[in-house]
Amino acid sequence: MSYIAKPKVAHPNLPRNTLGLTARDYEGAVSTLCAGCGHDSVTAAIVQAVFELNVEPHMLAKMSGIGCSSKTPAYFVSQAHGFNSVHGRMASVTTGASAANRTLTYIGVSGDGDSLSIGAGQFVHAIRRNLNMCYIIENNGVYGLTKGQFSASADIGSKPKKGLPNQQEPIDPVSTALSLGATYIARGFSGDKEQLVPLIQGALLHDGFALVDVISPCVTFNDHEGSTKSYAHTRKHYHHVIDTDYIPPAKEIKAAYEEGSAMPIELHDGSKIVLRKVDGNYDPTSRAKSFKFLRDHFNAGEIITGLLYINEERKEMHDLMGNIDTPLSEYPLEKLRPGKKELKKILSRYR
Amino acid sequence: MARDNDVVIKIATVNGTGSASANGLLMKSIFRMGIPVVGKNYFPSNIQGLPTWYEIRVTGDGYQSRSGQVDLMVAMNAQTYARDLAEVSPGGWLIYDSTWPRNKLLNRDDVTVLGIPLSRMCNEHFEGARARILMKNIAYVGAIAALLEIDLGTITALLEQTFGDKKHLIASNMEAIRLGYDYAQENFVCPLPKKVKAMDGTKGHIVIDGNTAAGLGCMYAGATVGAWYPITPSTSLMDAFRSFCSSYRVDPESGKRTYCIIQAEDELAAIGMVLGASWNGARSFTPTSGPGISLMSEFLGFAYYAELPAVVFNVQRTGPSTGMPTRTQQADILSCAYASHGDTKHVLLFPADPGECFETAQQAFDLAERLQTPVMVLSDLDIGMNDWMVPEFDFDDNRVPDRGKVLTAEELENMENFYRYLDVDGDGIPYRTLPGTHPKGSYFTRGSGHTKYGGYTEDSAEYQEVLDRLLIKWETARSLMPEPEIEYSRFNKAAILTVGSGNGACKEAIDRLAEQNVAMNYCRVKAFPFHERVRQFIEQHEVIYVVEQNRDAQLRTLLMLDCDADPVKLVPLLHYDGMPLHAAFVVERVLEEHSKGRAA
Repeated sequence: MSYIAKPKVAHPNLPRNTLGLTARDYEGAVSTLCAGCGHDSVTAAIVQAVFELNVEPHMLAKMSGIGCSSKTPAYFVSQAHGFNSVHGRMASVTTGASAANRTLTYIGVSGDGDSLSIGAGQFVHAIRRNLNMCYIIENNGVYGLTKGQFSASADIGSKPKKGLPNQQEPIDPVSTALSLGATYIARGFSGDKEQLVPLIQGALLHDGFALVDVISPCVTFNDHEGSTKSYAHTRKHYHHVIDTDYIPPAKEIKAAYEEGSAMPIELHDGSKIVLRKVDGNYDPTSRAKSFKFLRDHFNAGEIITGLLYINEERKEMHDLMGNIDTPLSEYPLEKLRPGKKELKKILSRYR
Repeated sequence: MARDNDVVIKIATVNGTGSASANGLLMKSIFRMGIPVVGKNYFPSNIQGLPTWYEIRVTGDGYQSRSGQVDLMVAMNAQTYARDLAEVSPGGWLIYDSTWPRNKLLNRDDVTVLGIPLSRMCNEHFEGARARILMKNIAYVGAIAALLEIDLGTITALLEQTFGDKKHLIASNMEAIRLGYDYAQENFVCPLPKKVKAMDGTKGHIVIDGNTAAGLGCMYAGATVGAWYPITPSTSLMDAFRSFCSSYRVDPESGKRTYCIIQAEDELAAIGMVLGASWNGARSFTPTSGPGISLMSEFLGFAYYAELPAVVFNVQRTGPSTGMPTRTQQADILSCAYASHGDTKHVLLFPADPGECFETAQQAFDLAERLQTPVMVLSDLDIGMNDWMVPEFDFDDNRVPDRGKVLTAEELENMENFYRYLDVDGDGIPYRTLPGTHPKGSYFTRGSGHTKYGGYTEDSAEYQEVLDRLLIKWETARSLMPEPEIEYSRFNKAAILTVGSGNGACKEAIDRLAEQNVAMNYCRVKAFPFHERVRQFIEQHEVIYVVEQNRDAQLRTLLMLDCDADPVKLVPLLHYDGMPLHAAFVVERVLEEHSKGRAA
């Protein structure tokens, strides 16, 4: 049950981050998801990502909608505020939250039902606004809590446990985000934490809308033979095109990269992510080329992973609007009211 | 002998022809002469080419609603000529454009028809199709000025103020005024027996619409986040907020905005944004209308249960469904009171005019934050989009907004434990924390079953404990609601009870009824849950005419539910044709019921 707190017993020699906190301090309540659920691995990746980034727990806002994925914010960083909203509406709540306080770090956890069906509209418009958040989709192609219906990301031919294979076109969040102009687009696999952690870290630090689509198999309803979102299928078909390393600010890039393959990108806080091309044909800075590459490989049945597109140039929502840097919720109220004298002046227009 | 300053002018035109500014000029000129006015705009849900009317009631007595009469009809639209002529009260006048022949009288010999060749005169004096159409409107203002003795100097001053440096526009407008004025002077007996006369009845008053007033109120309440999806008739509220903010909400140091307005993709998103922002401590709001409330319902229930403040303005229009988007009604009372599934109920505030819109907007934020719940302000199209003469708004610079029970970092630091939904003070209102304040303040905001400590639960007793505590909060809300407006004519057992924009017509009706020796007490409710005094008022009377603008007597139902009022003594008087309520309707219906022997 999600209200069961984990015992906080930590080994005295556990590594501590610059805030003096251990990874255990970033954990949450005990997960109530099925044993082996991909989502629990994503939770673990989030814990590691924020621990390593030295995020102050109470400056993190955990946002979600409804579904298995949306339960997970209860399972990480218990000292962060959580907002478990209604089905498919996490994006709008996060938009408003960001409008009021742009200094918090927003991590949204959603699923393929929550983002691509009931919440498709809000997902699309958060991207348009370039809302500054890390938006994780735990993508398993299936509705778990209602016991196994296909979601909008189920592939054609994907077989359910019972009934007929899916015949409808899937919605791919990555190519959707690419066509909408999202400024940070990544795809990972819950079974590959090493790749996933830096993708989440880059997404948290990116100034704008950062999508991390994570193939996260449902062990209960979509892990059988014939499913295209199973562990076995994903392991067999996933194609790593870009490796990502996260380098904190003020640290030099020391790792040895093969000539011409490393691509350091500076983030707004001075940290860097270094992309390493595994597939020489991939260009993560061109929307058009990325799109073609993704579609070609998708049609070949391959799942492309890595940081697939990044644009650090486009301004995020607040800067597009010219909003003040201080949180609006903290701006002194007396400065927000023009006062009695000005009211008289305003009303003279209506005399 | 007709009284001065008691005349209704109605102007029938085609929408998109620029008549709004001519009508505004006419009404403002009369107002500037110190005479109280009422303006009503009856416009189509259309951009160009359909019939539209503007009605100006000149009321020396200072009444606030329509009278139900038309004394002078300006029938500029050939398409609606027959019905416009039919609408003129016996003994009235009708002006038409005599450039083209029209059947002057049809079947009315009790109406004086005045033909003025407006198009011909404007075609002779002005160049260009657009200018000719616009000036034709200004020319009828000139003719009305001659017929009613409106001061030309006042009109000139208004034109000068409107056009400022654009001297050529002042000159051409004045020329058009003179064309109409001179023609009327030369061809008709001016003034008409019903005319205007300068008086001192508008001192300290302004003419403003409710949406502008509410937008201004939001700025003075310190609202910083506004999210909305455009919908008639609420859009001008956000337009007003934006316009005031562009002047007054620029940070002097950085030159950046101290407000954030987001045009949402739909109303579901708009309310989601409001909740996200208020969760983070900003005063946030959304203006909408009935269809928007339907879409927001799920989130409103969430906010009720997770206890988040929100301010929602519902500028009501006619339903059901799309209904008539540019007509007025009060038909969302029940859908707002109980918006969302499950045991959910919401605080409603009912302003009666733009002055109350300004005040209520500020009050709504205080109550939403104090009670940690959505507060809906139920205005309507009549209040929101029509020009009302109201006392100039005031603001107390020392006004301290009520931000409710929000714990500071220091308070959290000194606390052993923080529990989000614990009723510490016994008033049903728990303490809240804002994200980013302190690690001890963190909690999980959720719409799923939760305990008083904020944890998830599926335990019956724990769930019910929170649900019952919300009822304690509901009673606290009742004690914080504004008192009803109550007036006793003299000792009697009959009364009129109304809400919102019914105010003006009901008060006028009480005066008219008194002239016929029918005495009525008066109660106007201002909020739901109903104040204790509403219950008392109902108990004191034997018959109460509940006047409201919907088909199903929604206010009456709510009184029965919330005050346990005896349905037999609540007599519904329902007006729901989409037009603003007028006194004649109330008088007629009360007398009808009275004759049945129901009135005391």
